[in-house]
Amino acid sequence: YDILRGKLAALSIAAMVILVGVPLWWKTTQTYRAWLPVAQINELAKLQLQLSADVEVVFARGTATPEQQKKVPVTQTQDEDHAVDEDTTLRYRHETRYRTATVMEEDALKQPTAAEADLSLHRLSESPCGSLVIYVIPESSSLLPENVNVYIGQRRTALLRIGAQMKVGKTLKQLLAHLEPRVKQILQVMSFSHNDITAALSDRVRFSPDNKESIADSMRAFKSSPGYEITFSLLNPDPKSHRLHWDIEGAVQTYIQPLLTKLSPVANFSLDSQILYYAMLGVNPRYDSSRSAYILNADSLAHVINPVEARLGSNAASSNPVLNFLLYVPDAHHSPLYIHDHKKREVQTNAFHSPRWGGIMVYNVNGFYQTGTNFPVDVNINMAKVMGVFLAQLRLLLGVQSTAPPSSFQVAPCGSSGLADWELDRLMWSRSVENVATATTTITSLAQLLDQIGNIVINDNIAQQVSSAVTSLQLAVAELEVGNLGFALQYSKEAILASEKAFFDPSLLHLLYFPDDQKFAIYIPLFLPMCVPILLSLLKIVSEVRQRRREKQAKKD
Amino acid sequence: MKILTLLSFFTAYTLTASVNIEDSAGQFFSSGHTNNWAVLVCTSRFWFNYRHVANTLSVYRSVKRLGIPDSHIVLMLADDMACNHRNPKPATVFSHKNMELNVYGDDVEVDYRGYEVTVENFLRVLTGRLPPSTPRSKRLLSDDRSNILIYLTGHGGNGFLKFQDSEEISNVELADAFEQMWQKRRYNELLFIIDTCQGASMYERFYSPNLMALASSQVGEDSLSHQPDLAIGVHLMDRYTFYLLEFLEDIHPASKTNMNDLFKVCPKSQCVSTPGHRTDLFLRDPGSVLITDFFGSVRKIEITMETINLTDPIKQMEENSGNDVQTENNTYVDQLPVSEIIHQKPKQRDWHPPDGFILGLWTLILLVFFKTYGVKHLKHVF
Repeated sequence: YDILRGKLAALSIAAMVILVGVPLWWKTTQTYRAWLPVAQINELAKLQLQLSADVEVVFARGTATPEQQKKVPVTQTQDEDHAVDEDTTLRYRHETRYRTATVMEEDALKQPTAAEADLSLHRLSESPCGSLVIYVIPESSSLLPENVNVYIGQRRTALLRIGAQMKVGKTLKQLLAHLEPRVKQILQVMSFSHNDITAALSDRVRFSPDNKESIADSMRAFKSSPGYEITFSLLNPDPKSHRLHWDIEGAVQTYIQPLLTKLSPVANFSLDSQILYYAMLGVNPRYDSSRSAYILNADSLAHVINPVEARLGSNAASSNPVLNFLLYVPDAHHSPLYIHDHKKREVQTNAFHSPRWGGIMVYNVNGFYQTGTNFPVDVNINMAKVMGVFLAQLRLLLGVQSTAPPSSFQVAPCGSSGLADWELDRLMWSRSVENVATATTTITSLAQLLDQIGNIVINDNIAQQVSSAVTSLQLAVAELEVGNLGFALQYSKEAILASEKAFFDPSLLHLLYFPDDQKFAIYIPLFLPMCVPILLSLLKIVSEVRQRRREKQAKKD
Repeated sequence: MKILTLLSFFTAYTLTASVNIEDSAGQFFSSGHTNNWAVLVCTSRFWFNYRHVANTLSVYRSVKRLGIPDSHIVLMLADDMACNHRNPKPATVFSHKNMELNVYGDDVEVDYRGYEVTVENFLRVLTGRLPPSTPRSKRLLSDDRSNILIYLTGHGGNGFLKFQDSEEISNVELADAFEQMWQKRRYNELLFIIDTCQGASMYERFYSPNLMALASSQVGEDSLSHQPDLAIGVHLMDRYTFYLLEFLEDIHPASKTNMNDLFKVCPKSQCVSTPGHRTDLFLRDPGSVLITDFFGSVRKIEITMETINLTDPIKQMEENSGNDVQTENNTYVDQLPVSEIIHQKPKQRDWHPPDGFILGLWTLILLVFFKTYGVKHLKHVF
């Protein structure tokens, strides 16, 4: 009876261990991993972007014959497909609507200059974000000078001068065929272009562009970020000679703030300014007796920034990229100071900039000295001139400028806000694409990482961020397809914020690399002493049962 | 005949001239980086590991001299040698015997110090997974156009590096961290230098592109230290970093020395161990990579050609007259409450039972007593 009890005890212990112990151990050593929408993430890995823009082509009087005018309004859709790499495809869709001009528009086009025509056309109607209106004017029109065929306005309109009636053709089809390449040229300048979009995709597609200019272009502008910090610094190395006054607050309010307000859908900006005394440039300028001025060569400019950068402070609280704009007033012994470019010519603006860092302008004040002045001299800095240069540099660093338009184009100077509407549209297109590309790579690499390393804990908040990023991405792609640029940018910003938050969550640290031999080393001393008696007793029971069965068999026979 | 030679010379000259222009333009854009970062880590503590701190500080000094600002350097020192109690020359860390070169100076900015230098913090800095409260100086805010220099020194073994004598980082974890940096495009090119025993094992497992690695010794070899200083009493530098520093002292911000020269630093005759390097993951040819691409910070410059014509006059800011919010009178809290200090009463301390020492002493006395006189006397006590 004791033996039976012993056997029952062994069996029940074995049963407990296997039925209760093993699942308990498995469950308690499992890492908590919240559910991630992996299927949707894999879908996003293959990015198929469609960018749509609406274009309206308006025929003014004298450009279309009455037979042609009868057939308008007409809408055409053009698709252009590009496969960037095996995971990314692009489709550009332009919906062009042709119509004739209204009476009010005809009146507006009767203005003496193109700029005034642009202004009165804008007063009539405001085009939504992302769309364009092209007014076709006859060859005889006096709005544009002789060698200029296209005028690109400050808002979203362009004036296109068409050739003579005879050259164009009789039917509407011929007219449209004649117009198509010209319209395409305008779209390359005013709307998204393939070069810009592929440059914006650089996070997904690491491609090597053909020419050095596009490398320089892609390196110059800051990457898309939710916020930027702009710092204006006045460097006064010689306070004994110069007492500088700059109305930075007023200048920023008047000249810079309108641009930043216009760019507010793209990013937030924070501004600050500082004055640094006794801050020298790290380079000794050469004295040029022919011009009786000091010269800074283009080659030595590269070494100017580093000694100064150590002195510039930065806001410790935010991790946003910083754009530094420095205004350097040379000391009295080295005045005037001019910058020469690589071809030894004097630079008009006396300023230079460094990609992804900021700009420096040299402001000469020797004009303020008269014979027998007592130092220190009071100097009021002409902020309009300074801000003009800084604004141009700011545009370049934010990625606004693009390639020069063809020679027969005349581009209106950007208005008081420093940014034309179509330039803003271009920036929004490339930013949306960049955000979408970055967010998709972040999400897919995060999913891959979590998949590969089975030991990382995935908290609920990370899963939530990932889900919201996926939703925002899908919405952004959908809005880009339809052509709602404003919404697309907003969703893409939300997507990138959520994906960055999920990727850089501090809890996702993988410190749990256990090689297999270490795992064995940990578990064997714990489980082996317990398992050995159980196994041995089980084996004993099994062998006894088998022996008994053999005896039974022998008895039967 | 003469004309022919003249013509050939002329064509040769124009060819070389055009090649030179192409060369300089090509050099300008050959490296795709716009900024430089450096992460310099010393992983060992205790006074006898003085040389590791001196190693890191020498590299820090060179990197700063060649142009990388403090805001772009993350310096992690696991122990404080300059203010160590055993330092006979406080506030100095020397890198050459006879105390020729003080690498501590007075503008050293240490970002992670003492016990903050852990494997976890190091990986957090690399991958960017820092808590939101971390200040800017403790973050590696690199982007896809940053060239990063990572220098590690300490005690290491085959496949691991020891941090603070209590934990280790393995080469697999390091390779995974670099892969995560690549996935998030946190670097353009990365140079990894390690000066520990068996250092080459640390870069064996790298698999991300654009990584170049140098180590002071191969697997199975030990990296040796250079020279002890009899006044300070410890070894001041490791051999590899000593010769590396000597090499870097000849580099100035405009020099054109390339990586192939760096690979030749410290041959076996000087170093006793065999330095190794790994360039198979690097896309560019090492001969075209300048030392200043990683150790210095040469900025790319473009001349600003355009300016915007601004014609509006500056808006005058409205003068705020005194009908603002009332300015409150702020006062400081009483900084030194003298009266309270003078009239202090002695603090009431809680009663604690006697300490272990006293108890142990009494137990010993009792035991000895009963041992000598026998246990039967116990009943007299109770």
